Amino acid sequence: MSHTEKAGKGGGGITLPDDVLVDLEAEFKVSNIQEVLDKLDRELVGLKPVKTRIREIAALLLVDRLRKQFELTSETPTLHMSFTGNPGTGKTTVALRMAEILHRLGYVREGHLVAVTRDDLVGQYIGHTAPKTKEVIKKAMGGVLFIDEAYYLYKPENERDYGQESIEILLQVMENNRDDLVVILAGYKDKMDRFFDSNPGMRSRVAQHVDFPDYSSDELMAIAKLMLGSQNYCFSPAGERAFREYIPLRMKLEHFANARSIRNALDRARLRQANRLFAGRKNKLTKNDLVTIEADDVLASRVFQDGQLDAGPES
Amino acid sequence: MMTNHGNRITQGQFSFLPDLTDAQITSQIKYALKSGWAVSVEYTDDPHPRNTYWDMFGMPMFDLKDPAGILMEINNCRKTFPNHYIRVMAFDSSRGWETPRMSYIVNRPKKEPGFGLSRQESDGRSIRYTVHSYATDKPEGERY
Ligand SMILES: Nc1ncnc2c1ncn2[C@@H]1O[C@H](COP(=O)(O)OP(=O)(O)OP(=O)(O)O)[C@@H](O)[C@H]1O
Ligand SMILES: [Mg+2]
Repeated sequence: MSHTEKAGKGGGGITLPDDVLVDLEAEFKVSNIQEVLDKLDRELVGLKPVKTRIREIAALLLVDRLRKQFELTSETPTLHMSFTGNPGTGKTTVALRMAEILHRLGYVREGHLVAVTRDDLVGQYIGHTAPKTKEVIKKAMGGVLFIDEAYYLYKPENERDYGQESIEILLQVMENNRDDLVVILAGYKDKMDRFFDSNPGMRSRVAQHVDFPDYSSDELMAIAKLMLGSQNYCFSPAGERAFREYIPLRMKLEHFANARSIRNALDRARLRQANRLFAGRKNKLTKNDLVTIEADDVLASRVFQDGQLDAGPES
Repeated sequence: MMTNHGNRITQGQFSFLPDLTDAQITSQIKYALKSGWAVSVEYTDDPHPRNTYWDMFGMPMFDLKDPAGILMEINNCRKTFPNHYIRVMAFDSSRGWETPRMSYIVNRPKKEPGFGLSRQESDGRSIRYTVHSYATDKPEGERY
């Protein structure tokens, strides 16, 4: 069912008689939603509560579609969401998938994701904010608008802050253009709670609150293997053991950003592997040499030596 | 003699047809976006056919995926200038084109007084003809 058919309520839609049977299973198949859910399961480690929530939302939308065939609902369910969780817990990644799921279920027409932060929405001077926010909104129409660290839009200490103007435009669009776009607000849990407390209008427009838990060290290990695999690398058995040791040490240090820290650690391990191969000056390398991350590539990290972060912009 | 009933100006695409509905406008925008053209909204109260540069209502819109945002701007423009001409343009920036590919009117004044024909006698017995829109006898902003 295309969006326009859905939107044209009284128009061309035929109401089914009360005793007609509709096929939930068929509807489910047509939407191809299972494929996306499976992909989500395969490509994202852990995140049990998040996956459950997505499944629930998908079910809600699917049933809503069937109900429409009997003209039982006319209102589009509110799908604006808030994703809360620590850095690197997969909020952006899941938001992308969400856009795809909503697209398959016909709730957004295009299924693209526009990811922004305060700087993309709020201007520098009077009269700058409204066009900026509107431009972003127009780009996101037909898809999902993802606002990272949404609470920075609201700066209570400065009553003339232009963020408020942006929030007001967003509120209006979230209410009036529910058919046109879905807004996902993301950020850390406590700051987000405070943001909603001081912006009740925003709270009442956000129907789905999804909390992203931190990963356990086992999950982080699984994520590491998944990431390496997708880049055509793998750990040697000793390398794997070393990385397993590395994870809890890194978790204790500051600026730990869950899966993102893992990604960065792996990037550095690859760098060391390349250096090791280069320094060895072995002319003939096997494919195996090229794909394997050895224990040394991991153990050279300063996290092991003096319990400090490795150098680099973000550890 | 009147060749244009009701004095409706005919400029750009579809102008001999009845006014486009919002659904039809949306389909046309969708076509432009799928072709990768940047769509913009423009308005004027000078209907002369040689008046090619209309005022821009906001910036041209780049990188849009969906027509809803453009329709929103059209409606904003209609609200601000309910009695002006408003047109939608689609600009193709690709090499070799670099020109508008679509242009059609989406709003017009309730009453269009039309054009008068004026004659100028010049050298010898020759006569120059030109059209003159009655609306532009009044100052800008007070024409319709
Ligand atoms: N469950 C997971 N399985 C596999 N990879 C993951 C998982 N969660 C996150 N990642 C990877 O970790 C990286 C960071 O994730 P993402 O950018 O989604 O986090 P985030 O919650 O948006 O972080 P931030 O709050 O800092 O923006 C990405 O490269 C992503 O692919
Ligand atoms: Mg993110």
